Amino acid sequence: MSNFNSDIISPENLVYKKPSTLTDTPLHYCPGCGHGTVHKLLMEVIEEMGIQNDTIGVAPVGCSVFAYHYMDVDMQEAAHGRACAVATGIKRCFPERYVFTYQGDGDLAAIGTAETIHAANRGENILTIFINNGIYGMTSGQMAPTTLEGMVTTTSPHGRNVKEQGYPLKISDLIAPLPGVAYVTRQSVHKPANVRKLKKAIKQGLEYQKKGLGYCMIEVVSNCPSNLKISALEANKFVENEMLPFYPLGDIKVPEVK
Amino acid sequence: MTEEAIFAGFGGQGVLSMGMMLAYAGMIENKEVCWMPSYGPEMRGGTANCTIIVSDKPVSSPIVSTYDSVVALNQPSLEKFESKVKPGGVIIIEKSTVPVLPTRTDITTYVVNGNEEALKLKNLKVLNMIILGAFLAARKTVSPENLVKALYKALPERHHKLIPLNEEAIRIGMNFIK
Amino acid sequence: MGEIKLMKGNEALAEAMIREGCDAYFGYPITPQSEVLEYLSIDAHKRTGMVVLQSESEVSAINMVYGAAAAGKRVMTTSSSPGMSLMQEGISYIASAELPCVLANVMRGGPGLGTIQPSQGDYFQSVKGGGHGDYHMIVLAPSSVQEMVNYVGLGFELAEKYRTPVMLLADGAIGQMMEKVELPDQKPRKTVFPDWATTGKIAGKPRRYITSLNIKPEEMEKINHILQNKYAEITKNEVRYVTKNIEDAEYIFTGFGLGARICTKAMEIAREKGYKVGMIRPQTVWPFPTEIYNKTSKNLKGILCVEMNAGQMVEDVKLSVNGQCPVEFYGRTGGMLPSPDEIIEKFEECFIKGGK
Repeated sequence: MSNFNSDIISPENLVYKKPSTLTDTPLHYCPGCGHGTVHKLLMEVIEEMGIQNDTIGVAPVGCSVFAYHYMDVDMQEAAHGRACAVATGIKRCFPERYVFTYQGDGDLAAIGTAETIHAANRGENILTIFINNGIYGMTSGQMAPTTLEGMVTTTSPHGRNVKEQGYPLKISDLIAPLPGVAYVTRQSVHKPANVRKLKKAIKQGLEYQKKGLGYCMIEVVSNCPSNLKISALEANKFVENEMLPFYPLGDIKVPEVK
Repeated sequence: MTEEAIFAGFGGQGVLSMGMMLAYAGMIENKEVCWMPSYGPEMRGGTANCTIIVSDKPVSSPIVSTYDSVVALNQPSLEKFESKVKPGGVIIIEKSTVPVLPTRTDITTYVVNGNEEALKLKNLKVLNMIILGAFLAARKTVSPENLVKALYKALPERHHKLIPLNEEAIRIGMNFIK
Repeated sequence: MGEIKLMKGNEALAEAMIREGCDAYFGYPITPQSEVLEYLSIDAHKRTGMVVLQSESEVSAINMVYGAAAAGKRVMTTSSSPGMSLMQEGISYIASAELPCVLANVMRGGPGLGTIQPSQGDYFQSVKGGGHGDYHMIVLAPSSVQEMVNYVGLGFELAEKYRTPVMLLADGAIGQMMEKVELPDQKPRKTVFPDWATTGKIAGKPRRYITSLNIKPEEMEKINHILQNKYAEITKNEVRYVTKNIEDAEYIFTGFGLGARICTKAMEIAREKGYKVGMIRPQTVWPFPTEIYNKTSKNLKGILCVEMNAGQMVEDVKLSVNGQCPVEFYGRTGGMLPSPDEIIEKFEECFIKGGK
């Protein structure tokens, strides 16, 4: 079934369409937010791999809490921070299914740290997409565990004071050394070239899962124009100039080739 | 017939397992049984006791206020449970670890020299079976034959070679009761 | 007749889980119920293929239960009081998302870290809520090792019938004591899953999603109505209790779980002393057997409620009796157990010597 209007665009003129694995529900994300791009990439990969009926996803609490309205696969909505535990419950009972969690920095790296680290350490064969935008989006702009030093948020209005409020947490680097972890990479969606690289990484993560190599995490350094109170373009510049120097892109751990 | 008993002593003396064996034996005789442990946080060395009820009818409560019989393998146990024996009931004590005897005159006290006998058998762990032998001779709750059957049923196969020694211990214990 | 064994309550619970075709167990060690996970770890997976996993916390365990239950599997967890407090968040989500599962709380004395000895201090937590929001679990109160076994099968049956969490509210004594049990025959594990379960999308059919989130209040109120209607249905159909000697009774002793066992002994002693005492024991503490208390109390001189807490179920007894006869309470707390003699003493003090 085609989900574009062929009266307006004839098939031979079609250069882009959303994947069939995304529902027709309009995304609720703010203009310029990275979530929409990551949703699309994940669903494109699932469509291309032909695994829509073999995939079960777990949505978090945070801006992407409604991910299950957009992703046309069987999904569960987890309690705040518990996605990796929920995913463990699913994957252990259905080891042949692809299971992913989609979580933000508050969900994964604050309230859900224990669930994340232990799922990683058990080598659960799941893929975690970890959106790191350095701020709490849904509750409107509070400090996240990944908020940069000196960064202004509603709960660090004078800039994050690391002596009082702790340091930004590099969760990907933290879990990468664990033996149960197969693949950790940090990507972004602020430029088209990065978008393409992220798509490759997602495909890689799911293929590793198929091989049963262990826990895979893809951190996506993203933005939050609404809560940073800047334009979408400026938000992407913020990613480039402020976030990436502290959260450098690239593979942190890849499985050894045998 | 209902026997409401409590076996008490130090952790490691085997009071919990001797209660368990009595329960197994009761089950072999198609009786209703209930075994309930009471224990501290220590794995060994603390005080431990178990209530054991063997009856012809369903066991109402595993918690009872008074007992038909008390086995006390250390002094604190005797002090704690002497007053809980029903008039006409029985106390069985281990001589080496209970130096001060019960004072009540409305009950029967049996003193068993179990540790010394266990030493002669070169295995201190059979103390509990010597005591249980004495208990059976005094109370006749189950037959000694069924207790031995219970050992075969309850112990893992790799321990079965020790059962003859335990049988001997049970017999020695029974001889303490006249 | 099934296999007869002498078993500890906790081990019998675990054995029943295997035999009732449980697909997965997730749990975290805590005294006095650690034997459940230990027992399952021996060979449950080998016997039926069921998943047995030690989680990093009770929080994680209950969310693993959520994941497996939402995927249509027959799943259980067990814990004891402090661990059950940690699970309350997850239970609220499970109730709201209408997921069937069975939980067991082998209660110990609290509050706080408390003690490792038996208690019934989590009655309120279990029957009145515990987590946030308006929800109920079906709460079964086993009073023997046999009922520990029976309620696993019954628990799964009710959980699946009503798509609701079911709790076995036991205590450390029932978990640790050994009694004779008849075990059910081995049942096969499920191969067919309900339509709502997220087992992976079925081609040509809409995707399934499990959530407890309905951001529009109108929608969330509808969910609440669905839940409340279900609870009304459960209250109508699933009340379970046993009575003894109530026909000629002037007084009733009542309690649940182990408390009720002790009451039975006290009742026997009271009868020997010539008092006409009967017993009511709820087997479901939610839904509570309101009617039998209400009906019986019309002809009574008094009810004595005995619990291993500071007085929790007695509130439901009083609501049920609705002033038709005096209701008194006796309880021990912190891991101490009421003895039959203490119950008799309290009974005589309240109803005989006091001349009420």
